[in-house]
Amino acid sequence: MYTQGLNTGDKTQSDDPREAVFQARIDRDEKIEPNDWMPEAYRKTLVRQMAQHAHSEIIGMQPEGNWITRAPSLRRKAALLAKVQDEGGHGLYLYSAAETLGVTREEMQQQLIDQKAKYSSIFNYPTLTWADMGAIGWLVDGAAIMNQIPLCRCSYGPYARAMIRICKEESFHQRQGYEIMITLARGTPGQKKMAQDALNRWWWPSLMMFGPPDGESLHSTDAMKWRIKRFSNDELRQKFVDATVPQGHFLGLEFPDPKLKFNEKTKHWDFGEIDWSEFKNVISGNGPCNAQRIAQRRKAHDDGQWVREAALAYAEKQQAQTQLQAAE
Amino acid sequence: MTEKNMPLWEVFVRTRNGLAHQHCGSVHAADKDMALQHARDVYTRRNEGVSLWVVRSNDITASDPAEKEMMFEPAASKIYRHPTFYDVPEDVGHM
Repeated sequence: MYTQGLNTGDKTQSDDPREAVFQARIDRDEKIEPNDWMPEAYRKTLVRQMAQHAHSEIIGMQPEGNWITRAPSLRRKAALLAKVQDEGGHGLYLYSAAETLGVTREEMQQQLIDQKAKYSSIFNYPTLTWADMGAIGWLVDGAAIMNQIPLCRCSYGPYARAMIRICKEESFHQRQGYEIMITLARGTPGQKKMAQDALNRWWWPSLMMFGPPDGESLHSTDAMKWRIKRFSNDELRQKFVDATVPQGHFLGLEFPDPKLKFNEKTKHWDFGEIDWSEFKNVISGNGPCNAQRIAQRRKAHDDGQWVREAALAYAEKQQAQTQLQAAE
Repeated sequence: MTEKNMPLWEVFVRTRNGLAHQHCGSVHAADKDMALQHARDVYTRRNEGVSLWVVRSNDITASDPAEKEMMFEPAASKIYRHPTFYDVPEDVGHM
């Protein structure tokens, strides 16, 4: 998922004649490739967005990884394990695409650990019960798909290609989540209650994943002009609500929003006010799990250091031996 | 950070027998065995391929996009390199 990071950025004002040529290419829907000339602000916006997107995938492994050992059956365990592995894979596709813009993987990883880079606010909420695995797959991955499908047509080639791979895989994530929800919703009263509780906790944070309302989204204009972004935050949020509400009703669950109502005139679901103070609080580091997520990432990085060092030392030794043999 | 960076490798996958290897992304690895292992884990989790190549990114020489015209335009202006440039009477049949 997770493009909500597009909220800070750099203004573009320049007289470089190459900029007009560049914009004309974008307007013709041509893809921009790694070594093509591009405005510095385009590069910066992309690096920031792709890195945040990659970080979200990597941090996103934690809330679900939390339940792998406690999955209720081997089937569920295998599926969850595959899903978490996919999230790791998505992070790697995205880091690899971002690196084509001249930033190194080590820099990006360090920025995440040093808390200089953001990731999606949704992963700072705890996963308290097994039903959360259902709600995350259904809602969080559902919202992610809404956000990501337009990115498959993004103007930057490597990003668009990475997104195509990711979108193909996300569909499994959402379906396995919904299947968990349906099993719980049709189970014992206790299981249904668990499913309802998970929906109650994940619904609003899922809506926040689309980022601030259109009027307040700082960087949307440039991103739209450059065809990095194709739909506004509010448009995507509405699409998600329209798609998801009937799915929730099918489960026989209730959404935690008394204002949720189908609007016959617009043919859309109207919904209540989002608590943006909560969103700001979580994104600026004060959510329930921010500290824990970063601490865990840092520990994984530090614990892996000796492995990286050993692998490099081994490679160097092998290379030296090959050279020695060649010289003989 | 004093840690040395892991070298970058480009990954190419042959999706089916009979097709050419195609570039699909990159991985970081200390050596070629590790690069192949990572490429397998990252790029072929769903039967995407039957064969993998990994190549050190530093070993790839690429044409400069700024010289695109100089490199490739001459090919576009030589229409006599294409079969449709030549007139063959219809009576001759398919050629």
